[in-house]
Amino acid sequence: MNERPTSDRVVAPDRASLAIGSLLAFLLLAPLFGLVVSARPSDLWAALASPSVWSALEISLVTTCLTALLTLVLGTPLAWSLARSEYRAAPAIELVLRLPIVLPPSVAGVALLLAFGRRGPFAGWLYPEGTTLAFTGLAVVLAQTFVAAPLYVQGAVAAFRRIDARVLLVARSLGASPTRLLLRVAMPMLAPALIAAIAMCWARALGEFGATLLFAGNMEGRTQTLPLAIYTAFESDLAVARATSIVLVLVALVVLVVVRVLERRSEAHA
Amino acid sequence: MSLERMTRTREPGSGARRTRVGASCALLSLLASCGEDARVASPSTEAVTPTPGPEETELLVFAATSLRDAFRTMETRFEATHPGVDVTLQLAGTQELRAQIEAGAPADVLASADVVSMEALHTAGRVEETTIFARNEPVLVVSREARERVTTFADLPRAERIVLGGPEVPIGRYALTILDNADRALAPSFRARVEAHVVSREPNVSQVLAKVAMGEAEAGIVYRTDVRGADPELGVISIPTEISVIAAYPIATVEGAPHPRLASAWIELVLGTEGRTVLADAGFLAAEAP
Repeated sequence: MNERPTSDRVVAPDRASLAIGSLLAFLLLAPLFGLVVSARPSDLWAALASPSVWSALEISLVTTCLTALLTLVLGTPLAWSLARSEYRAAPAIELVLRLPIVLPPSVAGVALLLAFGRRGPFAGWLYPEGTTLAFTGLAVVLAQTFVAAPLYVQGAVAAFRRIDARVLLVARSLGASPTRLLLRVAMPMLAPALIAAIAMCWARALGEFGATLLFAGNMEGRTQTLPLAIYTAFESDLAVARATSIVLVLVALVVLVVVRVLERRSEAHA
Repeated sequence: MSLERMTRTREPGSGARRTRVGASCALLSLLASCGEDARVASPSTEAVTPTPGPEETELLVFAATSLRDAFRTMETRFEATHPGVDVTLQLAGTQELRAQIEAGAPADVLASADVVSMEALHTAGRVEETTIFARNEPVLVVSREARERVTTFADLPRAERIVLGGPEVPIGRYALTILDNADRALAPSFRARVEAHVVSREPNVSQVLAKVAMGEAEAGIVYRTDVRGADPELGVISIPTEISVIAAYPIATVEGAPHPRLASAWIELVLGTEGRTVLADAGFLAAEAP
């Protein structure tokens, strides 16, 4: 993604930039440091012994994997269409679809409730029986998809745009159908970039809190994901909150490393 | 036992407008309660009254979410009688405020929705002497879709989706006590039948109300004061006195408050005649009530 000519490395950063920049670096690292130094080994046992942590872990894993799957299945064709479209409004659509990335999660939650709630515009055909999506595992997946899928679409569109048009033309001239072009040419070529994008989407889904709380509620064993469990435990059992937080930090770190490695690989391809 | 039913009467001619106002209020509180704090800046009016010491121009009041309306009114009055003073209200679930004070938040006053949290802080030396200034009665709220089915507290298990406060929030604890009392007074396993329908345990009382007001949940337990000014289509059902719990609200100066003089002035306002009137208008019971 970011190209850096080797000659740039010769010019080292100046001391002032280093010193001022360190302040921000400190600000970004201090909370993680605080989390790690305050943790005791006994916290881990407290977390492992807590049934709410296990059920939250299970719910988080199941819902985030469903979110990633849904995003992959629906988001890839969307990104492909956006990247290859000649339609004049396509850039505007692409921009609007990015909106959930910058929306406050509480706004996302309220918007989801208003759209898919029991009194929302789709309630008539969504809930003929008078039930509601809210407070279900599906609501958790929807909330996560709303905030996280745009990250995948954004990454996938960028990746698809990097494909050399000549490759696609050659494939077409050899008789590949447009669908085959996506599935057999574009996707395998861009696999590292697409996996990196879905990993970012998955990590964002794992961290989702605000929209989930508003749209899906907070019910242990049903809609309480790890971030909600941390929020609930923060008030009753700080040790459990600390241990669970550290686990999530580690997961996030692993995702970032994986994404970095994949991005390097996809740059090498391109 | 007397299972009285109390439903809000609709004011003729203004139903539709008030519904919309009620719904947007629920939305606003949903947004506000999800954010970190609710700062209210009210213009201070001129008044000829004693001014505080030169160094005290700010007052940070931590208050339980259910005190929102009453304390906002008092904020306006306080700023009117203390020119140049800016009062900031931090409204959140009591357990959240308690955690913040334990972590050293520079609050001046804490008004809590339960005695347990306040006593714990007092024992730990985090707040000074505590005084009960109001009481509040939990009530059952029912969405308009369920009003036909749920007309008394004993009907609660008939509601499809019930939301309660989490067990760490005062309103959630009161709800559990009420359900336990109902087990003894109404029917054995009443609590279990209700809990089978509980779909969410919300982190504060405004979220409980918002979810019922939006029709997502069919019933919830909130405070009497919360349903003042809420959607008139919401059903409000009193909880029979023999199983109900009356919430007591204590107030105290935070130990080491940055503005102790303004803090005592605020507590005086809350405990005084003016404060009592504002609290009564908001639907609170007097502190002396049983």
